Amino acid sequence: MKPDSHEIYGRRRSRNLGLGVVLAAFVLIVFAVTVVKLSEGADMRSPDNFGEQPPGSH
Amino acid sequence: MTDASWSQTAREPEFGDYLELLKPRVMRLVVFTAAVGLLAAPVPVHPVIAAASILCIAVGAGASGALNMWWDSDIDAVMSRTTGRPIPSGRLARGDALAVGLVLSGFSVTMLALFANLAAAGLLAFTIFFYAVVYSMWLKRATPQNIVIGGAAGAFPPMIGWAVATGGVSAASVAMFLVIFLWTPPHFWALALFRNDDYTRAGVPMLPVTAGERVTRNHILAYSLVLVPVTLAPAFSTIGGPVYLAGVVLLNARLVMGAWSVRRRDAAAAASDKYRAEKRFFGFSIVYMTLIFTLILAEAGLRSAGLAPAHWPALF
Repeated sequence: MKPDSHEIYGRRRSRNLGLGVVLAAFVLIVFAVTVVKLSEGADMRSPDNFGEQPPGSH
Repeated sequence: MTDASWSQTAREPEFGDYLELLKPRVMRLVVFTAAVGLLAAPVPVHPVIAAASILCIAVGAGASGALNMWWDSDIDAVMSRTTGRPIPSGRLARGDALAVGLVLSGFSVTMLALFANLAAAGLLAFTIFFYAVVYSMWLKRATPQNIVIGGAAGAFPPMIGWAVATGGVSAASVAMFLVIFLWTPPHFWALALFRNDDYTRAGVPMLPVTAGERVTRNHILAYSLVLVPVTLAPAFSTIGGPVYLAGVVLLNARLVMGAWSVRRRDAAAAASDKYRAEKRFFGFSIVYMTLIFTLILAEAGLRSAGLAPAHWPALF
């Protein structure tokens, strides 16, 4: 058996792939939700600015 | 440590081993009931927000499953139903399950607060706490009422879905909670009857272990009878309607018949046909719950299509 063909690499590969897919999906979900919230007019400013009028609104 | 020794001893887990910690089969029911709760609510939710929120609820439920597997790995190892789980079968260490459970709990609650609202996130956090701490750590090994109270954890998802849409709690969402809450005990007692040896060996005080089969059979019938008015009530609420009412009447007739046939048998009769009636009742209880929520979903679909009757008596 060649040292780099041990079944341990298959297990590691499945973990790396799985985690990669999960992270990519997480990024996509946050992006999609952000787009939807902004297009619905949600106030996405930092809490520092709560209570202030958005720039250019008056 | 030599190069040869680590490849022999280290048993590296696969990705699927971690997924199994999240109890995918329980997750499926959580996704379904949470989605129904969200869709039955009178406030429309953007599909992207709805999908992201339901994913958070599913991951939160999975996280509480991982915490349960961390805490209960000792009893999982002696019960035949659970020996194949990742920790007792040696694929993951207990610490792995604890880490996955804690990290995903925090993540799912935080993301649900950002995607939906604080009410939904608070309910999800309480559900995880209730299942992991109140049920797994405290009640499960202490009292035969473990699943009666612990069933609340599984009953929260439709309320969380409803809170995602409405930002709060209402009579209709509590009604959905009660349906699952009161369904859980007879469902698990039927399982406990034909898995009695398992629970006895593990020292889990399920009702058949502590009070015997006779009492358990009586309890199954009593709870099934209580379920009849509890499942009929939502028919006369904002989430119900004639289709729900008709379906639930049929389902309850079948449930009570099944519970009655379990009630009138004794241990000897059950042993002679290998718990056939009990297994059938257990199997039907899953169909029963799935169809009740399918009926709520159907009513929501009819309402949004404008096909619901105008003068249906919605009392709450």
